[in-house]
Amino acid sequence: MALLKLTSPHAHGTQNTANVMQLVLLATIPGLLALTAFFGWGSLINIVIAGIVAVGCEAAVMGLRKRPIMFYLGDYSALVTAVLLGLALPPLAPWWLILVGTSFAIVIAKNLYGGLGYNPFNPAMVGYVVLLISFPVQMTAWPAPLPLYPDGESFPGLWQSLQMVLPFLHAEGIDAFTAATPLDTFKHNTGFLVDQLYQKDPLYSRASLAGVGWEWVNLGFLAGGCFLLYRKVFTWHAPVAMLGALALCSTLFYDGGSSSSHGSPLLHLFSGATMLGAFFIVTDPVTSATSNRGRLIYGALIGILIFIIRSWGNYPDAIAFAVLLMNFAAPLIDNYTLPRTYGHKKSRRATEKKD
Amino acid sequence: MRKVWDLIGGVHPPENKHQSVQSCIGTLPLPEKLIIPLNQHIGAPPKLLVAEGDSVLKGQVLAEPNGMVSAGIHAPTSGIISEISAHSIPHPSGMAARCITLVPDGHDRWADIKGVENYREHSPEELLDVIRQAGIVGLGGGGFPTAVKLGTQQSISTLIINSSECEPYITADDMLIREHAKDIVEGIKILSFILGEPEEILIGIEDNKPEAYEALEPYLQDTNIELVEFTTRYPSGGEKQLIQILTGKEVPNGGLPADIGIVCQNIGTTYAVQRAIQQGEPLISRVTTVTGNACETNKNYLVLIGTPISHLLEHSGFDQSKCPRLIMGGPMMGFTLEDLNIPVIKTTNCILAPTGEELPTPPPAQPCIRCGMCAEACPASLLPQQLFWHAQSHNYEHLEAHNLFDCIECGACSYVCPSNIPLVQYYRAAKGEIRKLSLEKINSDRARERFEFQKTRKEKEEAGKAVKREARKKAAEQARAKKANNPSGNTETSPADDIIKAAMARAEAQKASPQEQRAKLERGIVRAESHLESVQKRLNTLEQDATEKQREQALAALEDAQLRLKDAQQKLADLTLPSDTNVSNTEKTVMEKSQASPREALEKKIATLKERIVITLKKIAEADDESLKTALQNGLEKQQTKLKDTEQQLAETPAQTNESTTTPETENAAAAAIARAQAKAADQASMSDEDKLKATVESLQNRLIKAQEKLASAESEGSEHIDAFRSGVEKLQAKLTAAEAQLAQETQ
Repeated sequence: MALLKLTSPHAHGTQNTANVMQLVLLATIPGLLALTAFFGWGSLINIVIAGIVAVGCEAAVMGLRKRPIMFYLGDYSALVTAVLLGLALPPLAPWWLILVGTSFAIVIAKNLYGGLGYNPFNPAMVGYVVLLISFPVQMTAWPAPLPLYPDGESFPGLWQSLQMVLPFLHAEGIDAFTAATPLDTFKHNTGFLVDQLYQKDPLYSRASLAGVGWEWVNLGFLAGGCFLLYRKVFTWHAPVAMLGALALCSTLFYDGGSSSSHGSPLLHLFSGATMLGAFFIVTDPVTSATSNRGRLIYGALIGILIFIIRSWGNYPDAIAFAVLLMNFAAPLIDNYTLPRTYGHKKSRRATEKKD
Repeated sequence: MRKVWDLIGGVHPPENKHQSVQSCIGTLPLPEKLIIPLNQHIGAPPKLLVAEGDSVLKGQVLAEPNGMVSAGIHAPTSGIISEISAHSIPHPSGMAARCITLVPDGHDRWADIKGVENYREHSPEELLDVIRQAGIVGLGGGGFPTAVKLGTQQSISTLIINSSECEPYITADDMLIREHAKDIVEGIKILSFILGEPEEILIGIEDNKPEAYEALEPYLQDTNIELVEFTTRYPSGGEKQLIQILTGKEVPNGGLPADIGIVCQNIGTTYAVQRAIQQGEPLISRVTTVTGNACETNKNYLVLIGTPISHLLEHSGFDQSKCPRLIMGGPMMGFTLEDLNIPVIKTTNCILAPTGEELPTPPPAQPCIRCGMCAEACPASLLPQQLFWHAQSHNYEHLEAHNLFDCIECGACSYVCPSNIPLVQYYRAAKGEIRKLSLEKINSDRARERFEFQKTRKEKEEAGKAVKREARKKAAEQARAKKANNPSGNTETSPADDIIKAAMARAEAQKASPQEQRAKLERGIVRAESHLESVQKRLNTLEQDATEKQREQALAALEDAQLRLKDAQQKLADLTLPSDTNVSNTEKTVMEKSQASPREALEKKIATLKERIVITLKKIAEADDESLKTALQNGLEKQQTKLKDTEQQLAETPAQTNESTTTPETENAAAAAIARAQAKAADQASMSDEDKLKATVESLQNRLIKAQEKLASAESEGSEHIDAFRSGVEKLQAKLTAAEAQLAQETQ
C-alpha cells in the first residue's frame, strides 16, 4: 500500500459543523419550552413545519446544483434557520406564512448567494422581514400569555392548534385569544406614566421583569446563550455589546418613567425577541463581523439600532431590521478591525496597499 | 514562583506521549548503509572533503562549513564512502538532494577527537568555532546553525532553553532530559558563558513532563538557571510563543529574538554543545522518537545521522499494512514520507507511524461558516477565516494586509476547524504564490526600466535622424539644381557615368549618415577608377591590332572618362559641402573625421590622447585619496595602451589608404595610368606579336595576383564589394587563359 502524501496538521479536533449546529439547536430548548408554556403549541408547530420546508428546499436546491444532497443536509444549517424562524414567528401563524417565509429564507436568502457560508444576510431574518412587510396582520397577531387568559381557560390544545394552523383540518369556531405584547403596549402608550401603566395593565402588574410570559421566554434564550458561550460556540463580544448598547440607550431615554418614556432597560432586555436576537441571531458567524473587536462594534450598533427602531420607528420590535442593516455593514467593519498580530506594534487595515 | 504569561490561542490535542516513555533511550545495530544528506540545515551546503571510495573514521569530517551560515557533517561511524549522489531526503516535497552514502565497516572506530579542557579559559569565539566545526544546528526542528545564533552581536540578557516539546507524540527531549540532565545543565552553562553570562537563564518546560522537571532540578541548585513550568498547550514550543510565555515580550515583526535581548536554544542542542565542547564529539547522532500504533514498540532511540527510516521501523515492529501515512515530526507540523529509505537527519525528532484509526484521513471539507474558532486558536492573532477567504480568491493585497507572512503554520486553525478545511495548505500555497509574484514583479520592473530606457534612446536617435534627413534632402535638391544649371553637354552615357550617377542616386535615395554617404561616394569613385582602368585595358587590346586612329579615339575616351571622374568627384564635394551648414556640431566633427584622411584622423587622435594623458598625470599628482589615485592610474594605463594602438594603426595606415583617398591622389592615379598605358603602347609597338602576347600574359598575371590579393583582403574584412572583386578575378583569369592559349598558338 502506497503511503499517503498529506500536509500538516495530521491531527484534527473533534468539533465539526454538524456538532456546532446541533449545539445551537439544543440551546434553543429552554426558550422554546418557555414559549410553549406561555403561548401554547404554536411555536412547536411552527418549528416542525419550518423544519420540513427548510430541509425540503435545501435538498431541492442541492439537487438542482448537482451536489451530494446528504452531505449538505448533514451540516444541519437548514434546520437551524428553520428553528430560528419558527421561534420568531407568532405562534399559531397560518401554515402558508411559515411556508413562504422558510422557503424564501432557504432558497433566496441562503442558496441563491452560494449556500452555507456565502450568504451576506441572516436567512431567518430575511424570511422574517419578508413576512412582516408582506403580511403585517398575521405577523402581529401574538396570542396572549397563559396567565392573562380568563379564569379556567387555557390556550388551544395540540389538535386545536393544528386545526388553526392547517385550515384544511376544518377548524370552525376556534379562535386564539390574542393580546398586545409589552412592546406594543409601550409603543401605543400616551398619557400614562410608566408606573401607572405598570399598575393598570396585568401584562406588567403580574410580571416581575418585563411582561408576563415574555420575561421567561427571554430568560430561556439567555440560558441557552450562556450554554453556547460555555461550549465556546461563539465569543461573548457581539451579544454582550448588543445587550449593553440596548441597556445603555434605554437607560438614557427612560426619562424618569414619564409618559413619553421609551421603556425601562429591563423592558427592553427581557421582552420581545431581545435574547433570541442577542444569542442566536447576532451571533450568526456567517453574516456578522469577524474579529472580536469588529463583533463588539457590530453588536453595539445592532443594540443602538434596535432601540432607535423600537422607540421611533413604525415597528414595535426591531431585531430583524437592525440585524439586516448591520449585515450590510459587517464587511466594512471587518476592514477596519483586524486584530494586532503577534510582533506588530498596531493592527493594520485590510484595505492597506503594499507600498 | 515566576510569573508566566498565557499562550495566545493554541489548542490541546491528545498528547499521546506516554507510549514512548515506557523504556529508556535505546540503541540500534549499525544499518547496512548510512545516507547522509549534505545539507541538513538552513544555509549554504557544506564543502565536500571526501570522495567515493574513501574510508573514514567515526567523527571524521565529511564536509566542512562553507560560508557564514553553514554547518559541517561528520561520519557517524567508520566505514567506506560508497557513493556520493542524489538521494531522496526528508523534505515535504519528497525531493532528492546530494547525499553521502557510507557503508559501515562494523568496527565503529573513532577518529582522533579531543574536547576542550576547561572551556572558561577559552574565548567565546574559539568555543563558537568548535561548535561550528562540530556541525551543530538547532535540533528542535529549525536546523539553524547554532554557532551563528550564539554569535549574535546584540547584547543578550535572557537565554531561553526550549524544552516545551509541545507537539503530541514526541518525547525525544523529555527522555534526553531524564537521562542526561547533568550534561544538559553543563551545556547550558557553556552557552551562558559564550553569550557573556546573560542575567536570566530560563528553561521553559510544559507541565506534562514532571519526570524531566525532577531530573533537571537537582543540577540547578546553586545556579542562576531557572526552571519554568507552564500549562501544556500547543504551540507553546514555537520560539516566538515560548518567548511570549516566559517573558511577556513579543519578537518584533521581521526581527529576531536577539533584537529584544533573547536567545532561544532547544534543549537537545545544549546537549550536543556539551558533547562537542567537553568530549570533542561532533553531531553524529540524535535522539529520535519512533511511535504510533502501527509500530509494536514505541520508544526513543539514539540514532546515527543518516540511518534509513526503514532500519528504525524494522526494529520497532512496523506494520505497513496498518499505516496509511508515515510522518516525520509530530502530528501538527510533521510531513508525510513516501519513501522508507529516507534517512534520519539532524532535525528528525520523531518518526510517527499512526494507524488509520489513530489519525484518520480527513473528511471532505465543508464550507467555511466563519465561526471564528480558528481565530481563537491562532497563536499569532491572525484571522485564519479571512486569510482563507482571500487565499481562495487570490486576493494577495488583502492577504498581506492580514499579515499572512506572520503565520507560523502551526496548524492550530486547521485542527479546530469544524468544517475540516486544510487551512494551512491554503496559506502555504498563497505564500508561495506571493513570493513568486514578487520575484516576477522585480523582474518585470527591471524589464520595464530597460524598455523605457531603450524607448527614450530610440526617440533621441529618431530625432537626430530626422534632422539629418532634412539636411540631406536639402543637399540633394541643391545638387539636382546645380546639375540642371550645369549640363555636362555629353549626353552619351558611359558606364562610368552610370555608376557615378547610380552611386549618387543611391546616396540621395538612401539618405544615409554623412559617413555612410561619404563612403558610398568614395566607393563610386573607386568604381569610376576601375572603369578608367577598363578603358585603359581596351586601349591596350586596341594597341595590339588597331589602327593609329582607333588608338587615338581610345586615348580620347580615356581622357574623357578621366574628366568625367573628376566631374563626379566635384559633384561629390558639392553634395557633401552644403550639408555642413545644416547639421549639428557633432555631426560636423564626424564628417570632418570622415573627410579627413584616416592618417590625419589618427594623428589627431594621437594628439588628443597625448593631451589627455598629460591631464591624467596632473590629476594623479594632485589626487590625495588613495582609491582615487588607483582609479586614475588605471585610466592612465588604458589611455597609454590606446595611444600605442593608435600609433601602430597610424604606422599601418598609409599602405591601406592610397587608393581610396581624396581627389588629387585619384587624379594622379588616373594620370599615372594614362602615362603607363602610353608607355606600354609605345613598348608594344616595337615588340613582336609573340613578345606582345607574352607581355600581355605577364601583365595579366600580375593583375590577377593583385586582384586576388584584393579579394583576399576584402574577404578577410568582410567588405561589401567581395562579389565585385570576385567577378573581376574571374574575368582576369578568363582573359589570362585566352591570352595564354593565343600565345601557345603563336609559338607553335
